[in-house]
Amino acid sequence: MENFTYHRPHHATDAVKLMKAAKDGKFMSGGMTLLPAIKHGLASPSDIIDLGGLKHAGVAVSGSVVTIKAGTTHAAVADDAGLKKAIPGLSKLAGGIGDPHVRNCGTIGGSIANADPAADYPAAVVGLAATVHTDQRKIAGDKFFTGMFETALKPDEIITAVEFPMPKRSAYVKFPNPASLYAMVGVFVAELADGSVRVAVTGAGPSVFRVPDMEKALEKGFSPDSISGVTVKADDLNSDIHASSAYRAHLVNVLARRAVEQAK
Amino acid sequence: MSETGIGARVKRKEDHRFITGKGRYTDDINLKGQVYAYFVRSPHAHAEIKSINTAKAAKAPGVLGVFKGEDVAEDKIGGLICGWMIHSKDGSPMKAGPHPILAVGKVRYVGDHVAVVVAETREQAKAAAALVEVQYGVLPHNVDAAKAKSAKGQVHEVAPNNLVFNWSLGDEAATDAAFKKAAHVTRLEIVNNRLIPNAMEPRAAIGSYDTGDDHYTLYTTSQNPHVARLVISAFHGLAPEHKLRVIAPDVGGGFGSKIFIYAEEVVCLWASKRVGGRPVKWTAERTESFLADAHGRDHVTHAELAMDKDGKILAMKVNTIASMGAYLSTFASCVPTYLYATLLSGQYNIPSIYAEVDAVYTNTAPVDAYRGAGRPEATYVVERLVETAAREMRIDPAEFRRRNFITSFPHQTPVIMCYDAGDYNASLTKALELADYKGFPARKAEAAKRGKLRGIGFSNYIEACGIAPSAAVGSLGAGVGLWESAEVRVNPVGTVEILTGSHSHGQGHETTFAQLVSDRLGVSIDNVSIVHGDTDKVQFGMGTYGSRSGAVGMTAIAKALDKIEAKAKKVAAHVMEAAEGDVEFKDGSFSVKGTDKKMAFGEVALAAYVAHKFPTSEIEPGLKESAFHDPTNFTFPAGCHICEVEIDPDTGVTQIANWVAVDDFGSVINPMIVEGQVHGGIVQGVGQALTEGCVYDSGSGQLLTGSYMDYCMPRAADVPSFKLAFTETKCPSNPLGMKGCGEAGAIAAPAAVINAITDAVGVKDLPMPATSQVVWNALQPMKKAAE
Repeated sequence: MENFTYHRPHHATDAVKLMKAAKDGKFMSGGMTLLPAIKHGLASPSDIIDLGGLKHAGVAVSGSVVTIKAGTTHAAVADDAGLKKAIPGLSKLAGGIGDPHVRNCGTIGGSIANADPAADYPAAVVGLAATVHTDQRKIAGDKFFTGMFETALKPDEIITAVEFPMPKRSAYVKFPNPASLYAMVGVFVAELADGSVRVAVTGAGPSVFRVPDMEKALEKGFSPDSISGVTVKADDLNSDIHASSAYRAHLVNVLARRAVEQAK
Repeated sequence: MSETGIGARVKRKEDHRFITGKGRYTDDINLKGQVYAYFVRSPHAHAEIKSINTAKAAKAPGVLGVFKGEDVAEDKIGGLICGWMIHSKDGSPMKAGPHPILAVGKVRYVGDHVAVVVAETREQAKAAAALVEVQYGVLPHNVDAAKAKSAKGQVHEVAPNNLVFNWSLGDEAATDAAFKKAAHVTRLEIVNNRLIPNAMEPRAAIGSYDTGDDHYTLYTTSQNPHVARLVISAFHGLAPEHKLRVIAPDVGGGFGSKIFIYAEEVVCLWASKRVGGRPVKWTAERTESFLADAHGRDHVTHAELAMDKDGKILAMKVNTIASMGAYLSTFASCVPTYLYATLLSGQYNIPSIYAEVDAVYTNTAPVDAYRGAGRPEATYVVERLVETAAREMRIDPAEFRRRNFITSFPHQTPVIMCYDAGDYNASLTKALELADYKGFPARKAEAAKRGKLRGIGFSNYIEACGIAPSAAVGSLGAGVGLWESAEVRVNPVGTVEILTGSHSHGQGHETTFAQLVSDRLGVSIDNVSIVHGDTDKVQFGMGTYGSRSGAVGMTAIAKALDKIEAKAKKVAAHVMEAAEGDVEFKDGSFSVKGTDKKMAFGEVALAAYVAHKFPTSEIEPGLKESAFHDPTNFTFPAGCHICEVEIDPDTGVTQIANWVAVDDFGSVINPMIVEGQVHGGIVQGVGQALTEGCVYDSGSGQLLTGSYMDYCMPRAADVPSFKLAFTETKCPSNPLGMKGCGEAGAIAAPAAVINAITDAVGVKDLPMPATSQVVWNALQPMKKAAE
């Protein structure tokens, strides 16, 4: 681990200034990914700008929209009574991230900014057609994740909140990697207010992706049987010692059917 | 039975210390002037070291010294040894390659110890280690045991074809003849997957050289500090034994991996003198534990079992390739030989057995004893064979076992062991009842309705614990005796200190050993303390492994207690003015037959120390005795585990639905602690069967499972609540009748799990760990066939 300079600003503008001034700065929210990376020598930023001082935390349910501020921990999201009623699938997703330590430190903003291909939240952001709010603009969930550990964020841009439109129904089913408990495959299925259906898959590919064939089939009939024959191609999926791409492709279908069953 | 005597469920005395964070582990100890070591390790699986440039590192802040193999050689410090000589079939001795404490000329696995940096702080040492420039010439490597003999690269010059030894046991001709008469032969190709031990506390050491007395002290995470002192003294030549003190304080788990004498510990001792006597501390980072602790298992086996038409076993033939890793670790050679092939008879009457074992070098971390050591591998072979044979011959697996059980004792197997006592029918019968074996078809049908595959598997294991006697193991190649020693010091007030050569690193000796004393002397366990793990305090000890602390270590204590009682009787006789033969000792007090004269144990102790009332020309003052105990035989714990699984065919996920374990450990000192040992052992075995698999990348030789992100330890959620029961046949070779329980679960479990999964899936074999992907893959051809 290399030494770094630690900052904890109280205003977003100060955070941005610090980032601009740093040689190789990193924003940190809960630190659940960044700190282990630093400890293992995989990241060695010159400056850490802790966004915890911005006090961007809280879940607000208003009309047909749920807004979760960027610094809200997974535990706080999972425990929010309003969210449990509004979008139970999202509430359950947050409650299944990592372990209790991670859930009480890690935040939604930190998770999506990191864009780990095996993280859970990206499936919800894309699956629910969410909008990511930053200190500079609003980014559609579909445009936010651009690749493995890559997002549409500019280097000095700070996520302030994520806005989720309430769906008619939704569910998230995850198949955890047995060792790390990250999603080996995770599928978020939602029928949105306008009747359109989204199927978003995390863990299986380099970045979260949608399965249009499943979405079309489910729009015709929202039942597990509608998609029993709809498969995803293994070619583009991840393959490692835990799961081959063929096994992952198979799991996408199994989990999608289970998510539809749960969302019914 | 008294409240704290033998058989009582006494809560562990040591737990208050551990639970409240007051355990004192090696890394908790900080000596004055202490500095830190950090090791430069090989990034290559196999390479020639062309040069090591330490100039930049030596100039880095805080650095006191940067040392490499040449420096070690300059001080004539010997290399690591393997303490058990195995001879090949052709009579030639095993091919032990050199194993210097810092590499010389070559590195042989990823993580091999190349150089060491000693600095004022841990961070400085680590930062400077990154500045050591090593030029490597990469050589062809091999990480696969099965391919070792034909691999392009040769790991050690002394070992052509990477063969350490080709060893055999049993009568080949008789076995071949029996196979010719067989009505049915069952054949299996079995891989016993390589495991990484993962003790909760990583290895650590502080080496401290006293320039004033020319004396060394080593604090280390060892299961056997006296053996460490002996080896460091006799083979590394660092200091004679009287100039070397080894202390193994609280140790947070070992599972075998802390038996061995490793390079890092010896380097810390040696380096302390090199840096002017400042104590040198090293604590392994978890990644180092994965890379450089001795791993376990890693066998590839072809096994055959011959039966007559009624399913009676006629003979067994086993051919095993065992990976030793890149170097022979301390006891590596005895694991796939005398701790493995000698158990191939299992619980069965098998007239002839022939086993051949090729031990090979691979470019991987050394492999040595890990919980069970050879016996889990043997049980896996036997119980997979037996289960498969029963299925092939369409005989109920429980019935098949019954037909072949050994039922009279002593029983001489064709592979050295002479089983002294056991009742295998009793444990099977009880297990079948607890598992509701009769109800299984109904449960299977019910599961099928839910779309699940249910299977049941047995494992009727046997193990040999308390490895002994010394003369016998010596004749088989052991470099040490396998007795144990104990000293009982009774204080003048009647409290008792037990100094034992057994080492506790989680086993609960502070409680169970005190229970023995409480039982024998009638004192409260609160008045007994157990001292271990320090060569300056304890006279000698062979340490703790192979479930030997009860059967061997406690027997040594019992023998010393006999002497205490005998002497105390003499003292009491004088004080009470009675004939020695009239003095009786019961429930902690001495009385004179036919009178009301009585003395409490404490009063006799005081009398022994005051020495006013007996002739000191005949009886020495004081009350302190010691004993060495060398057992006459191994002990043979055995039992029956039944595992029931349910598999989700959509995902391949296996869930353990039910687990019954009926074990015969002989006498049990503390059932609560024994149950804990069984629980932990089963979970470790389930880990091997379902989740744990060490993977080296064949292309790069890198360890792919080098962290908990990829190496999957079993979790509480992976196992059900176990149903345990015990049967008891006393062990005749020790006065307490104990057999040992530390490894049983880990030995029994893998076969039970895989037998259950293969039953559920309907395949002959599956590789371990049977992850969801493995099971799903196994199901695909059948699904296709069904379509």
